[in-house]
Amino acid sequence: MSNISRDEVAHLAKLARMAVTPEELDTFAGQLDQILDAVAEVGEVAGDDIPPTSHAVPLTNVFRTDEVRPGLSQDAALAGAPAAEEGRFRVPRILGEQQ
Amino acid sequence: MTTTAELMDYAEVVERYDPVLGLEVHVELSTKTKMFCGCPNSFGGDPNTHVCPVCLGMPGALPVVNGTAVESAIRIGLALNCDIAQWCRFARKNYFYPDMPKNFQTSQYDEPIAFDGHLDVVLDDGEVVRVDIERAHMEEDTGKSLHVGGATGRIHGAEHSLLDYNRAGVPLIEIVTKPIAGMGERAPEVARAYVTALRDLLRAMDVSDVRMDQGSLRCDANVSLMAKGANEFGTRTETKNVNSLRSVERAVRYEMTRHAAVLADGGSIKQETRHFQEADGTTAAGRTKETAEDYRYFPEPDLVPIAPTREWVDQLRATIPEMPWQRRKRIQDDWNLTDEELRDLVNTGAVDLVAATVDAGAAQADARSWWVQYLNQAATARETELADLAITPAEVARVIALVGSGELTHKLARQVVDGVLDGEGDPDQVIEARGLKVVSDDSALLAAVDEALAAQPDVADKIRGGKVQAAGAIVGAVMKATKGQADAARVRELILERVGAA
Repeated sequence: MSNISRDEVAHLAKLARMAVTPEELDTFAGQLDQILDAVAEVGEVAGDDIPPTSHAVPLTNVFRTDEVRPGLSQDAALAGAPAAEEGRFRVPRILGEQQ
Repeated sequence: MTTTAELMDYAEVVERYDPVLGLEVHVELSTKTKMFCGCPNSFGGDPNTHVCPVCLGMPGALPVVNGTAVESAIRIGLALNCDIAQWCRFARKNYFYPDMPKNFQTSQYDEPIAFDGHLDVVLDDGEVVRVDIERAHMEEDTGKSLHVGGATGRIHGAEHSLLDYNRAGVPLIEIVTKPIAGMGERAPEVARAYVTALRDLLRAMDVSDVRMDQGSLRCDANVSLMAKGANEFGTRTETKNVNSLRSVERAVRYEMTRHAAVLADGGSIKQETRHFQEADGTTAAGRTKETAEDYRYFPEPDLVPIAPTREWVDQLRATIPEMPWQRRKRIQDDWNLTDEELRDLVNTGAVDLVAATVDAGAAQADARSWWVQYLNQAATARETELADLAITPAEVARVIALVGSGELTHKLARQVVDGVLDGEGDPDQVIEARGLKVVSDDSALLAAVDEALAAQPDVADKIRGGKVQAAGAIVGAVMKATKGQADAARVRELILERVGAA
């Protein structure tokens, strides 16, 4: 049985930049528990001889040659931007942190 | 923003604490295209002109791995004596920040392509320190932010930010050391020497421009202190924005003195990112670090795993060049150089140029002398790098050969070199155009000698009387008459012959 706490849901919501009400925290905590339990059941079916996989097709080493391909013009790149300035995407002030 | 942190005197720091370093170096590969799309990978350009749906993170766009970037990653791993993963995947590192339009960075997490290596680093006094490498993994660079409003483009007080994604998706290799402990007072020097060695190595491999000033080589320095005799590492800080080799050393040293003052005062170090301030050599607090858990890494579903075959890895292993410091050692032995002579060569950036000049037929002492002295001065005067001077090693070798055969004096040779540097052609063309050949025709010289002797009969008498050293005055007159284009030794011989003193 997995058990995801209300605090963990609140933390995840913060990381995902989602505004979640206190009622929703209770609801999601319960729902996420059910989802994790369902996934855990699948894990039980797989034997030790079945490695975890992240991909359904058995392919490796799919590479591209290092050749320039045409991309977008500046206008096309910015066409869908809610705001642009000086050929750049304009975004709201970035608060309190710097990568 | 200036900080007025309390600092401890450095001597006291190393007396009371042992520093532990961890260095993370990001290297932008110099591939033609980005890591996951065919957009050009080049520095600069008008904003948002090297972009496409993949690197802009548009819905439905799918990445495809750049094969050359994977090759470079494996080669770097091999040069750092790493094991190469037989099978590894990319992972998504999730975070919200406008420098990554996808809202995740495609990176590698628990399956780096290269791991468990080491790099032997030579310090200034010749001591060799082995730095253990934890891993080298592949990822992509972020876009560039421009903060508008507030003072001087800084993030504090900015009203909004402008994003250019030309750099987003440029192939990056992140090289992470294991903790470097036990270096004591030399820790800052070791940090600089490590990044220097790594830069030299990557340059010799031709996988990156390794320009710290342009950000194609970046170093984050993790520093912590532990009290002497303690067994557990202290809390670390990670200093970013370290943009030169000298800054690496300064940043580590500064953090050591800052940590020590906090710890000695009974305080504790906050685990955080700090930003190095080039102007005054201090660091300022940045964001509190997210933990790895907060990035919610998971295997990238849009890319298939990479499984380098043994043959491929062996093939790449054969392309690893001689390590720069081994090459320097070999050159020092071959040419029988003192440590100081080698240092001059290395510091002026002349090693490759001298080697190429020697390959073109010059004696190494002559080649060294030209590059380290006259040409180095010329580079300084012209405010350029030695390697960027408009003269080739072959041309320098030609000038040296002409001096050797007596066709040029040293003085004339310098004029020839000046001509080449000024774009007047190769050495032979400059000699022809400027009429710089040594007057080696004895009859022409004899005429000048006779004239000089006739002009100074008293000196001629002195020489005849056995005062051979008086010939110097006549040599000077002849050199003046021939505008310095005569071989002084030959002139002297002719004078002595003429007065019958030979």
